[in-house]
Amino acid sequence: MGLELLFTLKHELLISLSIFLLLFIFVGSNHTKGATIIHIVNALLLISVFFFLFEPKQSFVFNQMFESNGLIQFQKSILSLGLLLISALSFQWLKHHKNVIEFYLLLLSSLLGMFFMISAANMLFFYLGLELATIPLAAAANFDLEKRKSGEAAMKLIYSSAFSSALLLLGISFVYGLTGSLNFTEISEKIPVNALSQFAFILVFSGFAFKMSVVPFHLWTADVYEGAPVPVTAFLSVVSKAAISFVFVQVLFKVFIHLELSYTISLAVVSICTMLLGNLFAMRQENIKRFLAFSSIAQVGYILIALMGSHEVAQSAIIYFLLVYVFSNLAAFGVIGIISNSLGKENISDYKGFYQQNKFLSWALAIALFSLAGVPPTAGFFGKFFLILAAASKGYYLLIVIAALNMIISFYYYLRIVRNIFMETSENPMPQVLVQPITKVALIVCLIGMIVLGLYGPVYEYIAAFAKPF
Amino acid sequence: MTPVGLPHILLLSTALFFIGMFGFFTRRNLITMLMSLELMLNSVNINFVAFNKYLYPQNLSGVFFVIFIITIAAAEAAVAIAIIINLFRSSDSIDVTDAEEMKF
Repeated sequence: MGLELLFTLKHELLISLSIFLLLFIFVGSNHTKGATIIHIVNALLLISVFFFLFEPKQSFVFNQMFESNGLIQFQKSILSLGLLLISALSFQWLKHHKNVIEFYLLLLSSLLGMFFMISAANMLFFYLGLELATIPLAAAANFDLEKRKSGEAAMKLIYSSAFSSALLLLGISFVYGLTGSLNFTEISEKIPVNALSQFAFILVFSGFAFKMSVVPFHLWTADVYEGAPVPVTAFLSVVSKAAISFVFVQVLFKVFIHLELSYTISLAVVSICTMLLGNLFAMRQENIKRFLAFSSIAQVGYILIALMGSHEVAQSAIIYFLLVYVFSNLAAFGVIGIISNSLGKENISDYKGFYQQNKFLSWALAIALFSLAGVPPTAGFFGKFFLILAAASKGYYLLIVIAALNMIISFYYYLRIVRNIFMETSENPMPQVLVQPITKVALIVCLIGMIVLGLYGPVYEYIAAFAKPF
Repeated sequence: MTPVGLPHILLLSTALFFIGMFGFFTRRNLITMLMSLELMLNSVNINFVAFNKYLYPQNLSGVFFVIFIITIAAAEAAVAIAIIINLFRSSDSIDVTDAEEMKF
């Protein structure tokens, strides 16, 4: 039993170990260099990334509250990979920061909360994980203590996330009133289809919509992304969004399975609004972080379309898409972070003639943008293709047409930046920027991920093999 | 005199929830907005306890949920107040309309 518990909780135990290590050994000792701490945490995260290969079997612990299986462990490894890449990409910024320990404490606690959230098989456990994932993020958004924008971003994040938790909790309390249980499987067996259960579903859905920044609830996203430091923005837009999407798939298909008609209608309405508004607002942005915020809103719209399809196909398509999204979005944020940190430039017009001095960074950013737009040789194309295929599995052809039109709109604004980088020439282009070796390695990993995931089929088959009937 | 039943309590908790929501949308002071949020969370607590007592008295999962909500609300308030203090240092105001450096 003891050994089984150890294997089931291996991701969580490793992250907890890293947190304790940071707390008890490094806090208080000012002698340790920032770079040493970063390398130790990176090594631990690297181990966590490869944990999914090791004893991935179905098991329940904590009185049926905590579930673990191969798919969940794979998802946890994706999230660890996200944090590892962020930490490597922002090495330059972190190395000289005096609060490097706090940065890792906050982001690792948030990661731990996401792990618990993904593994939850009980509403109480899910809520605890969700709060552990969001509260440290608000503190992390305020990491540039002296900048006013950063404080404003943190304020907006904590207020909107607290408000959304209140909505979510009201929904959970109605679900509890209807079924008398907090366990996911018991709820799905007992939940009736009536007005109250639909109201409860709408409340839970809006709670999730806030955290995924789906359109009627997206207003905090752009401000928080612009104000927070770039590594925190990358974490919010990639790791946090991926974790919430994973859980949303679980909750939708496991708990609210009998409300399929009402969730399909709400998903259809919300996904069209999300894609359209995300794309239209992305076109008029001048700040590149704000631009990526709106582009990530539009990407969530495509995920919602896949959610309407048949369950197994939808789940594997979404996980594959998010794996690709981790690589492509992190590569884009990595380049932007390097530029923002060393030159302080964050506007799209600053990238005119970027290719003249920074060849490698230009290619990395361009390939990341191609992948986000979904240009065929990159993996982004296949990610979107599988999402649309999932929607087609139930025959929502009108929605697919709308999604395809939106992808055409998105080409305009992604390629506008690529044009700025390569074709425009500038009188005084950005000077050459020094890239740390570890950052270069992380960027190359992202590039390999974006290209190889698209050309190498077994990755998708590996994910699809896990997808089980709900 | 009729005894207090589940509908009475649900009416109270729903009223509290929407009073909290109204306060959250209309108030301009960040601390008052935080208080409105607490009101919303506490109305959910009333919901849980009432459902547990009247409908499912055989187990205590609703009451346990309430304990966790109270704890987490405290943690949330702690972080929010720390952020407000930091915002006050940089802008000398805790009015939410003054936090307008970033807009569409």
